[in-house]
Amino acid sequence: MIQTVTRPHREHIVRWAEQRPEVLVLSADLTSSCEADLFRDAYPERFFSLGMAEQNMMGFAAGLAREGFSPYIHTFAVFVTRRPYDQVAMSIAYPNLPVRLVGFLPGITTPGGVTHQAIDDVGLMRLIPNMTILESGDATDVESVLDVAQAVDGPVYIRQLRGEVPRLFPADEPMRLGEARRLAEGDDLCVISSGICTEEALRATTALRQRGLGVRHLHVSTLKPFDDPRIAQALADVRLGVVTMENHSIIGGLGSAVAELMAEQAIGRRLIRLGLKDTYAHGASRPYLMREYGLDAPALVRAAETLAGKALGVGEDDLSAVRLGTLSAAEKTEDL
Amino acid sequence: MPAASDGPRPDADRVRLVADAVRRRVLDYTLKNNGGYLSQACSSAELLATLYLRVMRLGESTAPLVPQPFAGVPAPDNPNAFTGADYNGPRAPDLDRFIFSPVHYALVLYSLLIELGRLGPNGLDAFNQDGSTVELIGAEHSPGHEVTAGSLGQALSQAGGIALARKLRGETGRVWVFMSDGEFQEGQTWEALAALAHHRIGNLGIVVDTNAQQCDGAMADVMTIEPLAERIRAFGAEVREVDGHDSDALAAAADLLPAGGGGERPLVVIARTDPCRGIDLMRTRAPKLHYVRFASEEEFATYERLLATWNAAAADQAKADTEIGA
Repeated sequence: MIQTVTRPHREHIVRWAEQRPEVLVLSADLTSSCEADLFRDAYPERFFSLGMAEQNMMGFAAGLAREGFSPYIHTFAVFVTRRPYDQVAMSIAYPNLPVRLVGFLPGITTPGGVTHQAIDDVGLMRLIPNMTILESGDATDVESVLDVAQAVDGPVYIRQLRGEVPRLFPADEPMRLGEARRLAEGDDLCVISSGICTEEALRATTALRQRGLGVRHLHVSTLKPFDDPRIAQALADVRLGVVTMENHSIIGGLGSAVAELMAEQAIGRRLIRLGLKDTYAHGASRPYLMREYGLDAPALVRAAETLAGKALGVGEDDLSAVRLGTLSAAEKTEDL
Repeated sequence: MPAASDGPRPDADRVRLVADAVRRRVLDYTLKNNGGYLSQACSSAELLATLYLRVMRLGESTAPLVPQPFAGVPAPDNPNAFTGADYNGPRAPDLDRFIFSPVHYALVLYSLLIELGRLGPNGLDAFNQDGSTVELIGAEHSPGHEVTAGSLGQALSQAGGIALARKLRGETGRVWVFMSDGEFQEGQTWEALAALAHHRIGNLGIVVDTNAQQCDGAMADVMTIEPLAERIRAFGAEVREVDGHDSDALAAAADLLPAGGGGERPLVVIARTDPCRGIDLMRTRAPKLHYVRFASEEEFATYERLLATWNAAAADQAKADTEIGA
């Protein structure tokens, strides 16, 4: 069975920051909700409560970064990317300051409804020059994304996971900047997934492979810059087409980045973008919303059938029978 | 140039002479550009001159007398990007920092830097020219500027972060923020004041050019911010209200922010100013004072004559000073 890690960020940032006295955490009244409470208790002199005032928090972070500190802002993704957009763009990103914006509750991972669901955050942050964008898809990503962010010369937006997080990738295979994880090799279909969609994609790709379809699967954690040569190679190598799968609007995020890459590199394949199809979501459970908006394994099966031009005979039972374990390198995927 | 606190502190007469020269130069460039932010020089000349001459402890400029051209926007792959902070001297634990918020006042600051010798007499040759850093609305690469502030209300929060960092490091230098009163319509300004008070950031002083004017006209008509002193005081800052053209009063109020970093509360000096001070003929334009565009050749000539009068008086004064000196 797949291993689940409870609140990996909460413990990890305490360990990680121990020998990094320059690391500060800034919070806007969502400290426990963003798993920063252990950091607050461990290092109260490095924790700053800025209240429900995100615009000002961005400016404070910018000033602290100019003075050599490494501020890690913790709040919900919507309150990093929508409400203080001008402050992020002007106070932080224009001067290329090393502020780390850790945004929680990406996409439909919250039942909090439209006000809490960041369905456009990747698009908004991609538009900002100097901004690097990272997204965690499992506990190993969560535990290594801070190392990746800290090494970046400039601002970083982190789409972070909280709570019960699956461990899909071995703990000793950390996230690396600009390197997609190759989860499966195949020549028929290319699946590119990010964030929580990767776990869903794995259920579908396993079943699709059992039906004889060669599926190349990549998990993307660096959404900007989007220049990993193995992505372009994977897009060009497959016969039938490409499916992107993201917990975000199909406009502006992973699907758009792949489309831009395909157009610029003249990779003439069909592309199906799975994600929120230019719509808001609403307050409901994650499985319900993933089903409703086509972010789940059956949605990927349907996309594969469209590209293959035929029914593949994968039913709900086949998908629910898939047993996921922690994945290693692509060559081990035959064991799934 | 010695740091402000080394040697005798310049007096109000010196501030008046510098402020007059600033108004002359801003009028000159407003005529050359057939428009400009002229009323801002009228309201803030004494205020900015007092900050630089009598309040802030700054080191000598380490920047070139003639500003460098634009070197590209800050980016990981651009090592050449710079800010204009070097005109305010080096960073040092005991020295003050200056954060300039309403960057449409840029020409006032450039003119002041020339009078102080921090910019050369030719420092404005590239003013408002393509490819120059001496821009009409200042950017962080413009002389005397340090942060990106043109989206008004953002500089105070950035200055708060700088002041907090300096407090954490135990530095004794202060952070001074020059603001315009219109910025107190932005919600972020009040967020910043709340945070400064909550975190007991007492090494930060704000001086507000309260000229009661904004782009659309009189602030009282657009969206009042009064009673400003009571409002800011209620947010937990130390507040003083002074005549913004009275250098002694400004300096005395600013001195309430303790040097050495022992303060517990930010200081706000509300400097009540006259947007037409020194140029009475501008009063006919009220309430449209934000950006002066000359409506006719006749009006242009009127302002040209004023500048000629001022220049002649300044020349006479210089001659008299030389004779006294001889």
